[in-house]
Amino acid sequence: MTGASSLVKSLEAAGVDVMFGIPGGAVLPVYDPLFDSTIRHILVRHEQGAGHAATGYAQVTGRVGVCMATSGPGATNLVTPLADAQMDSVPLVAITGQVPSAAIGTDAFQEADIRSITMPITKHNYLITNPDDIPRAIAEAFHIASTGRPGPVLVDIAKDALQKMTNFSYPTSIQFAGYKPQLQPDAQAIRDAVVLIAAAKKPVFYVGGGIIKANASRQLMQIAELLGAPVVTTLMARGAFPDSHNLHLGMPGMHGTVAAVTALQKSDLLITLGARFDDRVTGKLSSFAVHAKVIHADIDPAEIGKNRFADVPIIGDLAQTLNALIPALVAEFKKNKPDLTDWWRQMSSLRSTYPLGYDLPADGSVSPQYVIERIGAISGPDSIYVAGVGQHQMWASQFVKYEKPRTWLNSGGLGTMGYAVPAAMGAKVGMPDTTVWAIDGDGCFQMTNQELVTCALNNIPIKVAIINNESLGMVRQWQTMFYEGRYSNTSLHSKRIPDFVKLADAMGCAGLLCERPEDVDAVIKEAMSINDQPVVVDFRVFRDAMVWPMVAAGTSNDEIMIARDIAPDWDSQEL
Amino acid sequence: MSKHTLAVLVENSPGVLARVASLFSRRAYNIDSLAVGPTENPEISRMTIVLNLDGHVLDQVMAQLYKLVNVIAISEMTDASTTKRELLLVKVETGSKATQIAAIVAKFEAIIVNEDAGFMTVQATGEPAQIEGLLRELTPFGIKELVQSGLVALEKGSAALSDRTLSAQGISTLHEIGTQADYQN
Repeated sequence: MTGASSLVKSLEAAGVDVMFGIPGGAVLPVYDPLFDSTIRHILVRHEQGAGHAATGYAQVTGRVGVCMATSGPGATNLVTPLADAQMDSVPLVAITGQVPSAAIGTDAFQEADIRSITMPITKHNYLITNPDDIPRAIAEAFHIASTGRPGPVLVDIAKDALQKMTNFSYPTSIQFAGYKPQLQPDAQAIRDAVVLIAAAKKPVFYVGGGIIKANASRQLMQIAELLGAPVVTTLMARGAFPDSHNLHLGMPGMHGTVAAVTALQKSDLLITLGARFDDRVTGKLSSFAVHAKVIHADIDPAEIGKNRFADVPIIGDLAQTLNALIPALVAEFKKNKPDLTDWWRQMSSLRSTYPLGYDLPADGSVSPQYVIERIGAISGPDSIYVAGVGQHQMWASQFVKYEKPRTWLNSGGLGTMGYAVPAAMGAKVGMPDTTVWAIDGDGCFQMTNQELVTCALNNIPIKVAIINNESLGMVRQWQTMFYEGRYSNTSLHSKRIPDFVKLADAMGCAGLLCERPEDVDAVIKEAMSINDQPVVVDFRVFRDAMVWPMVAAGTSNDEIMIARDIAPDWDSQEL
Repeated sequence: MSKHTLAVLVENSPGVLARVASLFSRRAYNIDSLAVGPTENPEISRMTIVLNLDGHVLDQVMAQLYKLVNVIAISEMTDASTTKRELLLVKVETGSKATQIAAIVAKFEAIIVNEDAGFMTVQATGEPAQIEGLLRELTPFGIKELVQSGLVALEKGSAALSDRTLSAQGISTLHEIGTQADYQN
């Protein structure tokens, strides 16, 4: 058979049921055998959409997302989603066609050295020029993408390797000379962690997206309730621990709750689980949690000590790590259990004094926070919420209440505007019976909305809430705060052009408009009632709403503001 | 900041050097020198990398390097436990000073490998300090051009970096291949 047939058979053998892509010259040989395959190929409208869709699919299912593109511009259009997946540790396999091997290096038509281009933004990548190498490369790619710290793997295949004849044989095992993720935690590290936890007076569980990747939410619940310490969940970990749980203080970081940010700042022990001390969480690093010792549990040894020294590093799969730590703590707590009463008195006071909230616009216009809060309340915790990047993303992380892992998707590390629509499409393909809301900004939406055509034609009925403040809202917020309100190039005029309802209609979607606060619930319910086509709701919201609390970039978490020029009243808090 | 030498065994596959260089570039680690060449095993290449950095960054560099799928083993080559050598070829203007230059060359156990048209090419191997010493003494005569290899280093005694690969330690690197369903815990 041809190399292309071998590739399709390899993808089938790897268990691929769906992939997202666009054909083109160099990858065309693959599309012929794919025509007869059991694999569902969804023809997207832009390769970036294929990449984010594969990510959305992977994030909700835990499986490897697959996307495919042709050489040159097809491949370079995958660069953003690959970088996005690398930053957020998403298991992806990207297949790209490459010009024939004899033409490689000649600046041939549609040639781009995508292997070199993607080296810094993939976990690993391949350039295949021999058809006999295809099955092994695919097997390795799926293994690397999905094991250890997950990540994207690109397999670039020269056109002649796809056309030449080969014998298909999918490997039953593969061998790497150096790649071997450590899954089992070191026993001494577990003992050291127990000692620190038993001695802590102000411990906090600092929970990152790794808990979700490791499917370790159940163990997180056990250990949290065992110790009874506060839990904070980062932007990537929303849903890893129920928002309704009494131990949960919410999200830390630049737009985190006062209680979550302060819990980290005042803590004497950070029990860090699959988090990476990102600058959006730590603020100014030198003033972050200065009194805290650090237990840092992560599958990636390179995260240990990268930004913050770890007193006790624990390398391993988080589920296995917690499975080892929990019984060790049970035994320890029979002798000696930390009394966290004082710590909780402080944290409870902060939580009740500074809950998340927002002011309704004085002009009677629609509050963006209210819209997002109502979508979350009406659609409920079984739905999947996918955000773009900006103010609406932060509000969606704050005002939708998450109860389950894999129900909140966003571009956390790379901050990719335009993520929401294609990622929601991929999420809906992965979980077709679940309601999927894209909560998007009017700026983000205009970057990738073409995938609504894909959704409409392929029976992928997602729901899109455009939080239309006719601005690049987060940038505008920074201009308000740091550039004296000089709104250079942040007005999008998107209450005038485009007409989102007509645009939705043109793309085969139901288009709804909401301009008054009293209509919000009814419009959401109407959107919920439409399940035979995608729905787009243009929520025209108050333009000057801002995201609070906020720790300005580069400043200390101690400088958290709850509103413009207003800091928490620290003197009244017993800290 | 201090100098640290890393020896890295890598799979001898296309693009490995680019992967390592790309990693050092994007993480802003400064390389003083990098030498790469074949080893006793045709499937494995060895890199010797000299870095100038703070000690606590070294663990981070090693961890980041080890994340590259093609990297097999890494070790720091300390002064005490390893033999370190550099190779220097230097072209010196001889003028009327041939005897003096020859004396310096002899003192540093270097070799004159070419002498022609008023220029002498000197080959020296040695520890970095020796090479630096030779260059310091030759500089007054007028150095036309020089080329240096990166540092290479090998552990003393029976110790070998190749003993630290997973396979040498008896750690199985064989992975059974399942389908996607198996990847979900």
